[in-house]
Amino acid sequence: MTDTTSKVIYMDNNATTRIAPEVLEAMMPYLTDLYGNPSSMHSFGGRVAPAIHAARQAIADLIGAEPEEIVFTSSGTESDSTAILSALQTYPEKNHVVTTRVEHPAVKNLCDNLDIFTGRKYHITRLHVNGDGTLDLQKYQDSLTDETAIVSAMWANNETGVIFPVEEMAQMANDRGILFHTDAVQAVGKIPIDLSSSAINFLSISGHKLHAPKGVGVLYIRKGTPFVPFLNGGHQEHGRRGGTENVASIVGLGKACQLAAAAMTEENTRVRALRDKLETGLLTTIPKALLNGHKELRLPNTANISFEYVEGEAILLHMNQHNICASSGSACTSGSLEPSHVLRAMGVPFTAAHGSIRYSLSIYNSEEEIDYVLATMPDIIAKLRAMSPFWEENS
Amino acid sequence: MWEYTEKVQEHFINPKNVGEIEGADGVGNVGSIACGDALRLTIKVDENKVITDAKFKTFGCASAIASSSVLTEMLKGMKLEEAKKLTNDDIAKALGGLPKEKMHCSVMGREALEAAIADYTGTILPMAQGEIVCECFGVTDLEVIRAIRENQLKSVEEITNYTKAGGGCGKCEKRLSQILTETVDDLPAQIKGVKKEKRMTSLEKIKKIEEVIEREIKPTLKKDGGDIRLIDVDGNFVTVSLLGACAGCHSSRTTLKDYVEKKLREQVLDSLVVEEDR
Repeated sequence: MTDTTSKVIYMDNNATTRIAPEVLEAMMPYLTDLYGNPSSMHSFGGRVAPAIHAARQAIADLIGAEPEEIVFTSSGTESDSTAILSALQTYPEKNHVVTTRVEHPAVKNLCDNLDIFTGRKYHITRLHVNGDGTLDLQKYQDSLTDETAIVSAMWANNETGVIFPVEEMAQMANDRGILFHTDAVQAVGKIPIDLSSSAINFLSISGHKLHAPKGVGVLYIRKGTPFVPFLNGGHQEHGRRGGTENVASIVGLGKACQLAAAAMTEENTRVRALRDKLETGLLTTIPKALLNGHKELRLPNTANISFEYVEGEAILLHMNQHNICASSGSACTSGSLEPSHVLRAMGVPFTAAHGSIRYSLSIYNSEEEIDYVLATMPDIIAKLRAMSPFWEENS
Repeated sequence: MWEYTEKVQEHFINPKNVGEIEGADGVGNVGSIACGDALRLTIKVDENKVITDAKFKTFGCASAIASSSVLTEMLKGMKLEEAKKLTNDDIAKALGGLPKEKMHCSVMGREALEAAIADYTGTILPMAQGEIVCECFGVTDLEVIRAIRENQLKSVEEITNYTKAGGGCGKCEKRLSQILTETVDDLPAQIKGVKKEKRMTSLEKIKKIEEVIEREIKPTLKKDGGDIRLIDVDGNFVTVSLLGACAGCHSSRTTLKDYVEKKLREQVLDSLVVEEDR
């Protein structure tokens, strides 16, 4: 066995991922010699344009889109804001937005503060989710009105990995003349996506969630979708997003998308098997451990498990002592005083919500690491439960 | 990640006195699982009114566990009369400090101690008799007032950091702000930190606040695409509205406290409390 005590066991890939070595290698020339501006009128600058072109093609290929439908941004958050605010400007006469209670803060906080950003009053429908994190499609359909400008629903949830049927939802929206946006930062690269026959108008991608660097994102805008830019400026991205291209990161994202396409089978077989082994192991060896989220309709890499009667931050810090990185939906880890809005929307009881741990894997995880985590977790939980005033009476 | 002192980490990883004393002389239960932290403190008191043993069981984060652990260490061998005087600040100091968002963990330790002593002496806890202000975390007005007085709290945010009140649905923020005004007004001048030579009429104060906002604060915020408007000055409470890029910005709270309030305190009156108009 390798020395796991000095090596970091990284199971927090829904937070961010390591840059793939191949990605870094592809980027390096554009961080060193090839520093030209693709808009320049000299051939030195012009030399970087084909690299951007190739990256755009690689991203389009991964999601079944056309290169012209890909707009580079700085992040998933920028893509989300751009899509939603564009739709609202496209339909100034409409005053209704449909979203869900479990969106990432990039969408949630934007929707919560639309009045401030737009100076107009919006009625927001925040769809409830079932106990397993899935949506009720009938209730979704009933929520759509003639006043609805846009629907924004995530493809896969960052905390639980639960997948929404966004293609079906987009079709329902389009049928009523409503634009549809999906925050797909957790889905892209982990599950196959084909937008060629989909009704989705906008889709957000974040580079650092799929082994590209931080600071680069994509907004997919389906052909024919009315669009109002968020960042105005130069003619970059055909006037859809001003600002000199983040060339190296764009090249890196292109490479990452190629790698993701090649690893798609591995992600959904080997990584899924590792996740399942971890999950089953934890749920069977540790009493009062519960799975959060639908067992099947889920990303292959994510396991969100609650250990009842113990608190998440305390668990994470003990894991940290063993160099294991993960996340928690507990109140204390966020600096807020309430546990994850996702788990609360699912109706996870407080006894479990405070003790939730999210393990999110990647193709870089090994079976040895899973074994190490499985060997380590029971003691951590037992130690904390031994000092929990709620454990004895409930065990 | 939180920045915990070595002392906090030490008490978290290897907590002292975990458990429950059988046949304890005093038991203090505070917090709940819904709140995200809870502590059961048990103490043994001898005939000389000295605490001879103390044990804890805690559900909570690292700072909650560390606060409980260090508290039991402090209590062992301590006279009951001295223990009654322990404050949350004493607990935090024994840990080499706590992140400000985690101060409520030290408050929980102190409240458990009070509950255990009350249990031993057979008296009713005065704090619990207050009126519940924060429904989410079950915090009474008396607890809030004491936290303000003992820790010289100057804003609703600080009250939340110390007592958790206002940290849930936020409905009680107005009431907290009111309690803050009343409590601060009652405090002697030296605690409020009011400098006598700076005594000025309300009109002078408002004029000065306006001047500093126009001359210094506005231009700085504008550089970042933001803006500010003075809404109201009521006693020492200054209500402003953050506009432009500041509106809805995640760090607007930091801008408000670490920049706007700081500037106004430096240049106008150091007891001013700046709040955002909502």
